[in-house]
Amino acid sequence: MAKGKETVSRTLLVALVLSIVFSIVVSTAAVVLRPAQIKNQNLDIKTNILSASGMLPEGAGAEEIEKIFSQFEVRLVDLDTGDYVEPSSVGVKDPMKYDMYKSASDPMMSTMIPTSEDKAGIKHRPNVAKVYTLSENGNLNRVVLPIHGYGLWSTLYGFMSLEGDLNTIEGLGFYAHAETPGLGGEVDNPRWKSQWVGKELYDEDKSEPQIRLMKGGVDSNAADKQHKVDALSGATLTSRGVQNLVNYWMGDRGYAPFLKKLREGEEV
Amino acid sequence: MAEITAKQVLFEPIFSNNPIGLQILGICSALAVTTSMNVTIVMSLSVIAVTAFSNLAVSLVRTQIPASIRIIVQMTIIASLVIVVDQILKAYAYEISKQLSVFVGLIITNCIVMGRAEGFAMKNGPWLSFLDGIGNGLGYSVMLLFVAFFRELLGAGSLFGVTLLSPVNEGGWYITNGLLLLPPSAFFIIGLAIWGLRTWMPEQVEEPDYKLSRHTHKEAF
Repeated sequence: MAKGKETVSRTLLVALVLSIVFSIVVSTAAVVLRPAQIKNQNLDIKTNILSASGMLPEGAGAEEIEKIFSQFEVRLVDLDTGDYVEPSSVGVKDPMKYDMYKSASDPMMSTMIPTSEDKAGIKHRPNVAKVYTLSENGNLNRVVLPIHGYGLWSTLYGFMSLEGDLNTIEGLGFYAHAETPGLGGEVDNPRWKSQWVGKELYDEDKSEPQIRLMKGGVDSNAADKQHKVDALSGATLTSRGVQNLVNYWMGDRGYAPFLKKLREGEEV
Repeated sequence: MAEITAKQVLFEPIFSNNPIGLQILGICSALAVTTSMNVTIVMSLSVIAVTAFSNLAVSLVRTQIPASIRIIVQMTIIASLVIVVDQILKAYAYEISKQLSVFVGLIITNCIVMGRAEGFAMKNGPWLSFLDGIGNGLGYSVMLLFVAFFRELLGAGSLFGVTLLSPVNEGGWYITNGLLLLPPSAFFIIGLAIWGLRTWMPEQVEEPDYKLSRHTHKEAF
């Protein structure tokens, strides 16, 4: 071969063949594995919803999760009015396919939050949110609401599950965040999360959410202990972030209009 | 170079020529993915697969690669393999691929892969190169597992996700060492491991670049 392989045409040929061969390899892998990946992603979301509402049996398999999740009804809600909207209004057929975090970054489908009101630090809020309701014998039993907001390092994404009275917290869970492991990362700690169960969002007049994360634990004699949760130790900013994002999403700019309509039993 | 045997190629990188311990390559991912054993094992397997197959592929086409574009050719091969591995993990090990997040993609930049492709596969046959890839992947894995063992055990009180020392946060007695969950702790552990390795195999100790000359007194007159 001598110097044959060092010519310009040879170099270009090798580069071309190599690019074609490897683009075929990569695209084949992507296309062939796509269905399995989508299935995983959907299953993951469902798992997170069930786990936030405390309905996830230990070590449940994919089929079991699908079965339990199928009891939930997936609905889309206009956050400003609190009314249910048709999936077609956001351009999807199946409400499960709607991605509210994608529309949060689409100016046509989201609203800028004025800095003064942006407690959760998210800047844009999607106009339409995806909620999960569970009814038994025609009575609303449980509502799972997606929530997100800024902690210390990262945006925390999670779900909050409310009981049928739309005030008592059934559970809270974050499925994506990048807080400091061992400190802010303890938002994943099951013991910490278990304190949320049974706490109440609103006081008598049902207007502003009252959740507070308390440093040094919650005094068991405190009058408003139903709104208070022990903060994460060593993670003041993550705790503050969680408090703010819960209060933001359960407030007027979040799900409050929707919850109000649901509470009034209106057919929304 | 003397004749190299398959056995040498496969096992030497594990202790006597460890890519992390002696060549000090691939440190970056060793800090990032060693907080738990499960994640570490998957990361190790991915790196073994990528180094082995990229070495194989590079070695197969080594006589055809023009010298002027050899690095970019190696990069293309490595990058494609990494994407394939990433896709497979997303399809079949979703939970773990979520935890590994960007670090699978970053195998592309792992110096071990590139180093072996350029340093070994360009000069040797496919079979030896393949084994060399596996060997170096194993060397990397051994070091990572060593680091992850201490980080998970002392940082979270568990191994493979099974709680062994029940941590205070969950009502137990063990006060977890938060530092070990943070990346810098891996530096300490790797440092100690290298120290141990070089005490055991003193031939790995490098000649000092400079030597302080003996302190001598010189009188002014």
